[in-house]
Amino acid sequence: MTKTAFPPSIKSRPVYADLVARPGTYHLVIADGEGAGAVVDLLAGAAEPAVMLAVMHVVYAPGPNGTDEAAVLQALGAAQFYRAPTIAAMLPRIARVLLDAHMGTQFYLAGTEGLIGQAEREIMATGFPHTAIQKEHRGSTVRRVQCVHCKGITESVRTDPFACSHCGLNLFVRDHYSRRIAAFQGVNIDAEDPGLVPAAVERFK
Amino acid sequence: MALDIKPGAFADFFKDETFRDDFTFKNSPAAIRRFPFPFDRDDYMYSVNMEPHTPGKPGSVFENTFDVDEHYVAEMIDRAKVLAEDPLRCQSLPHMTLAGWDLLELIMESNARDYPQWFSLSKSGNQWHWINRPLGIDHRFTFLDESTLPYGPMEYISRQMQGDFSLQDEREGSLWMDAGMVTTQADWSLDFDVGMNFMEWHAPVPLAHEKHVFDRALKFLLKLQHGSPVRRFNWTMTVNPLLDTSPENYPKWGPTKTSLTQENLGHKQHLRVELQALFRLPRSNAIAFSIRAYLGKFEELVTVPKWGRRLHRVVRDIHPDIAAYKGFLRNRHMMVEWLAQHDDGAPTTPGFWPDL
Repeated sequence: MTKTAFPPSIKSRPVYADLVARPGTYHLVIADGEGAGAVVDLLAGAAEPAVMLAVMHVVYAPGPNGTDEAAVLQALGAAQFYRAPTIAAMLPRIARVLLDAHMGTQFYLAGTEGLIGQAEREIMATGFPHTAIQKEHRGSTVRRVQCVHCKGITESVRTDPFACSHCGLNLFVRDHYSRRIAAFQGVNIDAEDPGLVPAAVERFK
Repeated sequence: MALDIKPGAFADFFKDETFRDDFTFKNSPAAIRRFPFPFDRDDYMYSVNMEPHTPGKPGSVFENTFDVDEHYVAEMIDRAKVLAEDPLRCQSLPHMTLAGWDLLELIMESNARDYPQWFSLSKSGNQWHWINRPLGIDHRFTFLDESTLPYGPMEYISRQMQGDFSLQDEREGSLWMDAGMVTTQADWSLDFDVGMNFMEWHAPVPLAHEKHVFDRALKFLLKLQHGSPVRRFNWTMTVNPLLDTSPENYPKWGPTKTSLTQENLGHKQHLRVELQALFRLPRSNAIAFSIRAYLGKFEELVTVPKWGRRLHRVVRDIHPDIAAYKGFLRNRHMMVEWLAQHDDGAPTTPGFWPDL
């Protein structure tokens, strides 16, 4: 469960740091895959973990690579724990929980960029600033990519280029990230020379 | 109530032309002489290059706050077509409506003052009466009451104005592009970028971050005062007079880049210049960014000898990363070959004016 090292990147690429326990009246923890390890470390570093756990809600899904640490997180003993089968399946629950969130709530997101981006978008939609949200990347670097042409989103993209799962165009993954869409941008790679598509390289694992 | 365009008047000035399909767009000799040629020297590198947006030489594109030229009516018809095909080109996050009213006021007041033969605005309190004669619009509405307009205020006025617009909210020490009307863009997506801050939406630009261009530009813009707008140029290259070079439609226009030959290049290859102006808005404290695109065919631009010489030297010597970002690296050698015929090696005078 090593922390992910990213190559030098561009300005719209999110920057991730370690989760740090902050005083709060409520702690909403959202994680997937190897992000479970970041939650364990968060509590290990907390001054009063029992106090934190008493007002903590953990929502977790297995990672896109199959990593499932739900048992580890459940054993932490948070006031509420929920294992969703996928990120998409956890979003309605998060939206409901956020209806009751108020100032003093602390948000902790850990795992893949897809998880972090989509959870952050739900939280920001309620009016909490993105600066109120801590994010730690762990595990898979597969990307969530929006096709700039048809607007469809392809989940868990591993190769560059890849075929859009909606319109079928061959897309390269541009290093440009939208928090509002929670996705990187995919742009047709053979627009100028239709049919000339370079071999796909596994850039994200 | 739709915004019905009923052009026809002033047909002696506003041209009936197209920016798609048969591409009948061209510049009159007068439009070529006033073309905003962006190179004030024989080479090019990114810079902040901002100056006060004050009235410039009569007849130039700087004469008025917003330049309305011979392509106005045709460009507005083209915009309506783009929006009908893709409504995502115009977006405004919910908190930006007041900034949209600020923009509407700025444009209506400026155009009624600068072009009284075409536009008029009369007010009785918040009861406003707007007449846009070239587009055949005569409309009474209540200022700050959205229900009296057929669109949101930003969309309503920018459907009547050449050039793209974006509206930036200021918070957390940055500018956030939270609204825009973008149908004549140099290959960037409003739908993807809306909601981003200044550093985020400029992220893909090469070289400039390392030169701290954006840090300095942002510091400068945060100090922008109401009543003291600023302007700058940007430029790129476009094959065919296509205003809508959007990433959304890239699979449609990308293949045209392979259509150039030495015989057709002068007619098909266009220098695309953006005259960008920034205005602090009074009620919302937002910043309006207008991005007005001018297209000049290579064969038109070289009728000004100084521009022919200079364009050759700039294209020949530009950093390949910039040529790649602007999307003309693959055709640069052909452009240089064509332009070389118009460069006799003579020195050029400083500044961008045509010297005719």
